[in-house]
Amino acid sequence: MPEDSYEPKIIGFLCNWCSYAGADGAGMARRKQPPNVKIIRVPCSGRVSPELVLRTFMQGADGVMVLGCHIGDCHYGNGNHRTAKRFPVYHRLMDYMGIEKERLWVQWVSASEGQLFAEAVTQFTERLRQMPPMRGKLTTVPSPD
Amino acid sequence: MKIGVYTCHCGGNIAGTVDCEAVTEWAGRLDGVEVSREYKFMCSSLGQELIEEDIKEYGLDRVVVASCSPHMHEPTFRNACQRAGLNPYFLEMANIREHASWVHKDRSEATEKAMALTAASVARVRYNEPLFARLSPVNQNTLVVGGGVAGIQAALEIANAGYHVYLVEREPSIGGHMAQLDKTFPTLDCSACILTPRMFEVGNHENITMLTYSEVEEVSGYIGNFEARIRVRARCINQELCTGCGVCEEKCPAKVVDTIFEAGLGRRKAVYRPFPQAVPKFPVIDQDNCIWFQKGKCRACEKFCPTDAIDFEQDDRILEIEVGNIIVATGYDAFDARRISQYGYARYPNVFTALEFERMTNAAGPTEGNVVLRDGETQPDSIAIIHCVGSRDVRYREHCSRVCCMYSLKFAHMVHEKLPNATVYNFYIDIRTPGKDYEEFYHRLLEEGTVFIRGRAASITDATLTPEEEGKLIVTAEDTLVGRQRRIPVDMAILSTGLEPRHDSHEVARIFSISCSREGFFKERHPKLDPIATMTDGVFIAGCAQGPRDIPDTVVQGAAAAARVLSIIGKGEVEIEAAKAEVNDLTCVGCQMCIESCPYSAIEHLEERQKARVIEALCKGCGTCVAACLSKSITLYHFTDQQLVAQMRGAMDALFELVPA
Amino acid sequence: MKYAYYPGCSAESSASAYDATSQMVAAALGLELEEIKDWNCCGATEYFSIDSLPAYALVARNLALAGRQGTSEVIAPCSACYVNLKKVDERMGDYPQLNSDVNEALAAGNLSYTPGSVRARHLLDVICNEVGCDAVSEKVVRPLAGLTLVPYYGCYIGRPEGGFDDVENPQTLDRLLKGLGATVPDYSLKSSCCGGHMTQIGTEVALGILRGLIDLAAKLGADAMVVACPMCQLNLDVYQNQLNSHFGTTYRMPIVYFTQMMALALGMEAAELKFEEGLVPAGPMLEKWQAAEASPQPRKKKSKKALPMPEPLDGGDSG
Repeated sequence: MPEDSYEPKIIGFLCNWCSYAGADGAGMARRKQPPNVKIIRVPCSGRVSPELVLRTFMQGADGVMVLGCHIGDCHYGNGNHRTAKRFPVYHRLMDYMGIEKERLWVQWVSASEGQLFAEAVTQFTERLRQMPPMRGKLTTVPSPD
Repeated sequence: MKIGVYTCHCGGNIAGTVDCEAVTEWAGRLDGVEVSREYKFMCSSLGQELIEEDIKEYGLDRVVVASCSPHMHEPTFRNACQRAGLNPYFLEMANIREHASWVHKDRSEATEKAMALTAASVARVRYNEPLFARLSPVNQNTLVVGGGVAGIQAALEIANAGYHVYLVEREPSIGGHMAQLDKTFPTLDCSACILTPRMFEVGNHENITMLTYSEVEEVSGYIGNFEARIRVRARCINQELCTGCGVCEEKCPAKVVDTIFEAGLGRRKAVYRPFPQAVPKFPVIDQDNCIWFQKGKCRACEKFCPTDAIDFEQDDRILEIEVGNIIVATGYDAFDARRISQYGYARYPNVFTALEFERMTNAAGPTEGNVVLRDGETQPDSIAIIHCVGSRDVRYREHCSRVCCMYSLKFAHMVHEKLPNATVYNFYIDIRTPGKDYEEFYHRLLEEGTVFIRGRAASITDATLTPEEEGKLIVTAEDTLVGRQRRIPVDMAILSTGLEPRHDSHEVARIFSISCSREGFFKERHPKLDPIATMTDGVFIAGCAQGPRDIPDTVVQGAAAAARVLSIIGKGEVEIEAAKAEVNDLTCVGCQMCIESCPYSAIEHLEERQKARVIEALCKGCGTCVAACLSKSITLYHFTDQQLVAQMRGAMDALFELVPA
Repeated sequence: MKYAYYPGCSAESSASAYDATSQMVAAALGLELEEIKDWNCCGATEYFSIDSLPAYALVARNLALAGRQGTSEVIAPCSACYVNLKKVDERMGDYPQLNSDVNEALAAGNLSYTPGSVRARHLLDVICNEVGCDAVSEKVVRPLAGLTLVPYYGCYIGRPEGGFDDVENPQTLDRLLKGLGATVPDYSLKSSCCGGHMTQIGTEVALGILRGLIDLAAKLGADAMVVACPMCQLNLDVYQNQLNSHFGTTYRMPIVYFTQMMALALGMEAAELKFEEGLVPAGPMLEKWQAAEASPQPRKKKSKKALPMPEPLDGGDSG
């Protein structure tokens, strides 16, 4: 690895029914991808609160992914509508904290779109590689309790 | 806290890319980890016993299994914990196969990721709480959607076991595509002859409520306890009075092309039964084409009906039913051959689709089984059968439709039988005959003298070049075995159209809360091990709605779906996911943001106390309310803030340790 | 709407009838055409294979000039010109290096072009999709009743994919001619190649292609073949005699531009529409039309036994 490059640390919050299954599908089909995204399973992308996203950045993540079902295909009917509506809130809070909005990646990935998932991981990782690392930007790190 | 960590090799599936020994050693040093072991196959009984013994011996109170996706084996390891007396929700999995070993090449990268994922799960599992799945009784009724051979099979299996089935079919009769077919490959037995007894059995079964000309409009609830709203469209026939004598059909003056059952090759009346053996025997009045409904006069059917069974005033009926399980077997659409202009369907009269040809060779069809050109009289001397129309073509459908090769061979045989002097050309890419006695059937056709040309047909044209081509359709193709362009003049061309998802499969999927592949076939829970179930418990899929398949495979799936339903009914009760939301009464400010966010209206506002309350029976555990709550007063069990933050921190801390910034 | 008009080289020679009638028809339909000042040749097909950068620059110059005239759409009656204009615009947008190279060349003439700023349109596209076949039909004063006209689009309309009509079974010209009152058979070679410059390379091959095209039209009872491209017109018309002597055939198929037939139906005088520029005389076709105007034709009856024909799809979508 060259001196001036670094590997972005990314946390991905994936809904259980579509996107997590899509990531599994990428695995089954052996769709190669960079190892940077660490996946956390949530029931629905609507569960991902703005605080959770901010906390992840505060913990030093260089990027956060929120992936859910396509609009209309949500396992819970319209949980992902909330995610879509919350998008500007994520951005506003990030802006307030001085975090570039390019560090958040929200996308709909269905259970059959393993390839799309692998592409998203690749593109997002590539994008973050072009940006400086986050560590040090945010000093206060609250405990999980 | 005593955590046990178990790293699975999955043979070479994980160990091939991930250094499992290093992961095990690393995990052993994590805070609170009492034992860390690796094993070749954690899901084997020996692997499970390993966990059970450790729980007892070391008094483990938390377990992390680093292996495959929780979608595969979470139930396995939860059961193992339970057997050893540990609450199953004290188990956490780290997915180091689908999310690590299978998607990375570099061993050190994959190992680091596996370590971080394992550390995240270890950090999270500390905060896991014991939860108890609620048991809910199972309604013994089943809803089967689609009255094709898959739905028929499923309905009969369940009904014969003594349980009630609602069978819903969109068309006026059950039977599906199979009822349209003439012969079935490779045995050549008559499709109607083998299907109609099953249809009658369904129609007369005491345990089956058959709802034809009906559609499911809405489904709510969960496994064991679904509610469905069904629209029973007005037949305009009083079924109490109708004897199915057919006089109305005979007297009706309105004739229209039947694009459904006759595939456009024949006509039917405005009051009709799709075919003589239709089940139920009652006709329907097609209001779009009925002269009375369109122009306000006629009523010929009413005048001639001997039992006064015509009822123009009938309205659609809405039926609300309660069922425990649902089987969706809605079938397929045939590829629309008009989309490929260069094959000239709907341009040249003597280009036919496969379904048209099925109807043509059928003795009960529009030509009474005679193979003739579009003029209805002339027998063709030469016929080209074009394989893979719409299938195996990235411009249309990439998939192989699986049945076209075999039915094309069947067509060739039918022509040889009916027109012994006619020449039959099959233009194919590959001949695919994967089935019992299928390859043998292909050999039989080779002996019968069918001409096989290996090459996808490029076009069908009426532009002739030589006197021999005059008045014929010319099929052009590159014969890849001979290595040259061929122009074959024929009298008739049959397009072996592929099977594609129903045009409305995405909407149907939404009604049943299941998902589709990008092209529109319903998605199974697991492509190999659970092709019948979906991600929604209690909703099963069967037949071509899941993917193209032939009749035997469809019947197998229908029966398999029934078996799954029967096992749930037999058990009598189901475990309902324990991950529900709960409002903290002390901190709730009654702002009602959660109420607005809930997709299930499962939160109520207690007016007098100005507090929100989750209605447990309605909550599905999506957690949308948690993210919407401004006062952090809602907890979603098993996905609490503590748990998710701990998991995230576990991953981040591990990453900074493994790959310092 | 105001359009830039790019006549193309052939408009000044072999296709002057097309040029003249295009302008007449446009005026009658209220299309305002402003000829690009100082336009140059589009380079046809050959130049792109010889030296691509000058070839692109040559076409881009016309787009730049059209833009400088303040128009955002340019109409080309010639299919080859149309495809070249469209291709260069798209490629410059897709390839930044090409864009900067071409603009560097244009700068020498104090010009510049931003990809996407001028949209290339075929005259047939504008007439059928902007004016609309129905609107044209309403303006018809002398229907082409009694004439059987075969629409021949040539290979460029619809190709490359993503043009304004289907690749394999285009419909615009069919609809237009039906709207003019003509009988329009389904001509299955409608989007086949006319041979292009194959006449210069392999005469035998070219004549075979042309013969197939005319032969099918003749079998369909065509009184004329209607084209939308000067190259198609030239090949079918000029080589008809040669192919007759080569194959021993006796075709006398007039090859006319769709704008000529439109002008006729819109009430303009045949004598002003340069039909005489075609080598195969259009006279018999015009006489037949005038005779048919007096006596309408009876319709054929279908056999009772005939099986129903499937409804055509509204436009194909073959890839």
